[in-house]
Amino acid sequence: MLSVSDLTKVFGGFTAVSNIAFEVKEGEILGLIGPNGSGKSTTFNLISGALAPTRGSIRFGGEDIAGLPANRIAHRGIARTFQIPRPFRRLSILDNVALAAFYGHAEHPAREKAYAYAREVLKLVNLPSDPAARVDGLGAAGLKKLELARALATGPKLLLADESLGGLDESEMNQAADMLAAIRKERGITIIWVEHIMGVLMRVVDRCIVLDYGEVIAEGRPDEVAHDPKVIEVYLGTDAADVQKTVADRAT
Amino acid sequence: MQVFDIFLLEAVVNGILLGGILALLALGLNLVFGVIDVVWICYAELIMLGMYAVYYGHNVFGWPLWLALVFGVAVVAVLGALLHQFVIRPVLAAEPINQLLVTGGVLFFLQAVATLAFGIEFKNIGIRLPQLSVGEMYLSVARLIAFLVALAGMIGMYLFLTRSYLGTAIRAISQDRAIMPLMGVNPNRIFLITSALGGGLAGLAACLLVLQYDIHPAIGLTFGPITFMVCVMGGLGNMIGGFIAAFIFAQFISVGGFFLHIEWGYVIAFVFFIGMMFWRPQGILGSK
Repeated sequence: MLSVSDLTKVFGGFTAVSNIAFEVKEGEILGLIGPNGSGKSTTFNLISGALAPTRGSIRFGGEDIAGLPANRIAHRGIARTFQIPRPFRRLSILDNVALAAFYGHAEHPAREKAYAYAREVLKLVNLPSDPAARVDGLGAAGLKKLELARALATGPKLLLADESLGGLDESEMNQAADMLAAIRKERGITIIWVEHIMGVLMRVVDRCIVLDYGEVIAEGRPDEVAHDPKVIEVYLGTDAADVQKTVADRAT
Repeated sequence: MQVFDIFLLEAVVNGILLGGILALLALGLNLVFGVIDVVWICYAELIMLGMYAVYYGHNVFGWPLWLALVFGVAVVAVLGALLHQFVIRPVLAAEPINQLLVTGGVLFFLQAVATLAFGIEFKNIGIRLPQLSVGEMYLSVARLIAFLVALAGMIGMYLFLTRSYLGTAIRAISQDRAIMPLMGVNPNRIFLITSALGGGLAGLAACLLVLQYDIHPAIGLTFGPITFMVCVMGGLGNMIGGFIAAFIFAQFISVGGFFLHIEWGYVIAFVFFIGMMFWRPQGILGSK
């Protein structure tokens, strides 16, 4: 459903993303991994329209969306979450999500419908949907759920999830990973997931793409990537054994 | 002693009425600043043009007053949107000082254009509303209307901002501008609407002021400084703060003017403002 080719972004003299190409199949969860500064966030920014590419094409559902304004890309069905949640703190939780439900659809739904949809999404992520519930009452896990709810409320076909687990404890992490899996399973939403916590990511993704210095250095199933010498060298390092074990446990 | 109290009460009531119009003046400027983070230094000049629009509608084109007033609001709303599209939008990412300077430039530009187009002679729409006597007090009907319209305008704005999606989007974009497109919102569209609304509020203020004051190209200088002071004292961008500050300011002017001389009222109000800037530079309800 998403096909990226020759994608390049240059900032001044620095090439953040260089000639990358990959495909995302409908209904899959794709892990996008790599060291800090390897170009993961830039790739997300290019796909979601926050940045315009220097070169290259991004085809979504058969049409080139590279360089379209972010609001138009949102209407086409691509949503993203941020590593650091960015809720509207002075709006209620419900208003945060309802706003996304209303404006996120190219044909703005009726007020009641948008609120009903917002409540449904909040229920899915286990957040309170009563109009009095404030953002201030949420902890790290709650804020990440809100970030996810807001992205889902736009009715995406493709979700770009940016490091959804940072700052969570282990049970919260597993819950969040299960939630992504459930979103794919129940809603049929395709997901690209950027995440540093490999032990959790490798449990859920179907396939991984590994970036380093803005280039794709490996691509494949979790077990292939976890054993790839290049990936171990630039990214997994001493964690390689743990990650390989996670992948092996998953197979059984 | 009895007479003295009545006059003092009259000053207080007139202060409240003046507060209404000051609050309305501050509302549009606060809305624009709160949402777009840009101060329209030329705000009062938009009001000046609105007053001319009413004058031309009513006295030159011969329209009924209500139509001329609607025309005045519409003209300034359009001017607000044009100001955003052609002056503010190109400098949105610039330093605040550049934004101030460019809208300051627009201030002098509008004054010069008004002088060229309308001349320097004072104009008025020829409608003088009577004084209303309540007991032994005399109240200006024009001010009473201004107060009621200002109050209705503020309640309407509050309901719009809290009850509609567009209003929710306006409140949201004032908190995080960059993230809005991800929710399918075109930020520039929201900014244009906000600017037209801010302009519309300036136009509404123009309609009320034209009932009380003569029009001339420099009349913006009469309302401009006090509008900024009300906004700053309330906490720039804070609509409720601006509302409260407007009434405090108006009391200083009205009651201060009563005890001393009308000009002294302004002097006291400005001294109070300067003092406030030392004591609470963030404004009454400002947070930083």
